[in-house]
Amino acid sequence: MNLVLNEEETMIKDAANDFLFENAGPDHLRNLRDDPDSKGFSVSLWGQMIDLGWPSLLVPEEFGGLDFSNVGMGQIMQQVGCHLATSPLLITGILGVTLLKNSSSNHWKAKILPLIAQGKTKMAIAIDETSRHDPQVIQTKLTPKAGEYVLNGTKLNVVDGQVADSFIVIAKIPSEKPKETDDICFVIVDSNQQGISVKNNLLIDSRKTSSLIFSDVKVTDKQILKFNESSESILQKLLSTANIYLSAELLGIAEKAFELTMQYLKTRSQFGVKIGSFQALQHRSANLWAEIELGKSIVLKALRSLDEMDQDINKIASMAKAKTSKIAENATNEGIQMHGGIGMTDEFYIGFYLKRAKVSQLLFGDWKYHLDRAAYLSGY
Amino acid sequence: MTNLSLFRESTRSWLADNCPKSMREPMLEKDICRGGRNHIFQSNDQKIWLDRMASKGWTAPTWPIEFGGAGLCKEQAKVLREELIAIEARPPVSGMGISMIGPAILEFGSETLKKQHLPAMARGEIRWCQGYSEPNSGSDLAGLQTKAENFGDHLIVNGQKVWTSYGDDADWMFCLVRTNTDVGKHSGISLVLFDMETKGVTTRPIQLISGTSQFCETYLDDVRVEIDQIVGEIDAGWTVAKYLLTHEREALGKMGSSPVERSIKEQAITCLDLTNGRLNDEVIRKELIDWEIDYFCHQLTSERVNAEIASSGVGNTSAMLKYYGTELNKRKYELLISIHGSESMHWEDNPVSRQWLRSKGNSIEGGTSEIQLNIIAKRILGLG
Repeated sequence: MNLVLNEEETMIKDAANDFLFENAGPDHLRNLRDDPDSKGFSVSLWGQMIDLGWPSLLVPEEFGGLDFSNVGMGQIMQQVGCHLATSPLLITGILGVTLLKNSSSNHWKAKILPLIAQGKTKMAIAIDETSRHDPQVIQTKLTPKAGEYVLNGTKLNVVDGQVADSFIVIAKIPSEKPKETDDICFVIVDSNQQGISVKNNLLIDSRKTSSLIFSDVKVTDKQILKFNESSESILQKLLSTANIYLSAELLGIAEKAFELTMQYLKTRSQFGVKIGSFQALQHRSANLWAEIELGKSIVLKALRSLDEMDQDINKIASMAKAKTSKIAENATNEGIQMHGGIGMTDEFYIGFYLKRAKVSQLLFGDWKYHLDRAAYLSGY
Repeated sequence: MTNLSLFRESTRSWLADNCPKSMREPMLEKDICRGGRNHIFQSNDQKIWLDRMASKGWTAPTWPIEFGGAGLCKEQAKVLREELIAIEARPPVSGMGISMIGPAILEFGSETLKKQHLPAMARGEIRWCQGYSEPNSGSDLAGLQTKAENFGDHLIVNGQKVWTSYGDDADWMFCLVRTNTDVGKHSGISLVLFDMETKGVTTRPIQLISGTSQFCETYLDDVRVEIDQIVGEIDAGWTVAKYLLTHEREALGKMGSSPVERSIKEQAITCLDLTNGRLNDEVIRKELIDWEIDYFCHQLTSERVNAEIASSGVGNTSAMLKYYGTELNKRKYELLISIHGSESMHWEDNPVSRQWLRSKGNSIEGGTSEIQLNIIAKRILGLG
């Protein structure tokens, strides 16, 4: 496996960096936070991303997309982390596209994928029902009723739920085979459908998520997404995809937090010398640098494994998320500590990285969750 | 078919015909062939394997043919390495000759030195040791005091070296000596070569906490070294030394990957057992996966860095790989102790006890972890 970026991948990384350096970053994030009408992401930045074709990158050509690789898209997510860019790209442009692409429901593919590619729709994916991520716990239920279904249940921590045009909801459905436990399924519902209530939560990183309550929402059989493999395996792969892209973002966050900290160590003087000359700080910095180098390798490995449809993708995804979560945690915590008092102020950038890093770590499972998942998938 | 795939095909068939079956079996420490005048071949196969590989020039594949190599380009050498790994072939010879001083002589040495030393090295006839550390210069290597007085056609060397790996079995030493005391400490050093049988050279093994004595002290009393045995310019040995240390770091950075022993995971499952697919100790399970992830990341990084620097030679990441790899190896043995429990304390019949003790030296030899962190902070991060 090639662990070096090719020319095309390097180009997209550099282009994303240049673009986001101009149009995103902590100052933009601060403006978003202070905007009383904030939707939890930057509407103008999303518009620019659409103009650049980012939501179409992973969409297959037949649906108006560019059919680009995950390694390529991963470079963008890494830069999204570096520049704290806020947008529906992860959920709609990556996870929504991946899920629909793998589905065998041609109706929905033909209907939604072109809209995503053109930036004309936003989705949300409702998975979690517990505050601490645990996809084994699904109580939202699709119950047969008069030839159709009704959907009931509560979903938490739904990213972009506040702005989505449609939701993909993971729900239990009675098994087709009698006596067996319920299956899970993916239901597409319009966010305007009757019986859905949305409650928004403002997060520490100035983004928003929603809690969704479904009360007797009417669902037809057509709204259940079909796949050529088990829904359980599709869900695991979807979560792995999410966690691999979050790993790329966390790596970008760690890299930038580290860079800001190194700049500070080279400019701040105490005791008449630059504080970067103190060995206590040098060794911790060198250790962090080594960790970030390891993070780069596992993120690239994970993205390539996604493109190559590696059989171990779930294990690799958990390894990547566990590792990058720890790296980003260390880089941002050490960043605050090494900045000293001013690291605690809103004026300096490092705090914004601390906040986003923690939200990304927790989303779809943190370090501890993924350590355990990786161990389980490794056979112990 | 490209030239490279033709080369792969011919290499594969040559190896199939020429690598004895017993040389493809898992290897223990005692099975390593280090060559040298006093080497006793463990088996006829071991000798045949070395002779055949040496006659192909494949013990040092990228060296020029006239110096005992095969003149392969990097891509061909990679193919050869891959084919050797594919059949699980043992290295025909290993040691500090081909991996360390050989490349340095090739890079910095005179034609005389190349002709004199490289072919014998490639054939495994001469075993080398390294005279770097001294009792008063460990981490501060450039502070070394072993003195070499210049008498025109030869030097007279006096001093003491320590931590000379396999000094008592080696035939020749590459040794850092101070040839000039009037200049800065980095400027007055030379790298010299001499036969360990030269009058005035004595070695004494050092017994370690693990019970073994792989290292020696070497005493140098009025040792005569010919002037043409200086590698590179006189007084400019620090450059060569740094080049060599990078090679050493790279080798040590690959630690923790021994194909011989069972994986820690297998050992954990054997010792602790599974219930419903989960290891019966939650804390060890967590420590183990944490270690496995870091180990995997380290391997990937080594792979990535090698790919990145394939065109530009030695990179600046060797300090990081050495630091991380050796710390991982220490963690591994701490974990194995927990897994094996009190049996791991048995001095005679459980190898973990001595391996654990020995691993404590990993983050000291070849430059301590702290020195590696200094290198990263200063040279890579630019922290002054």
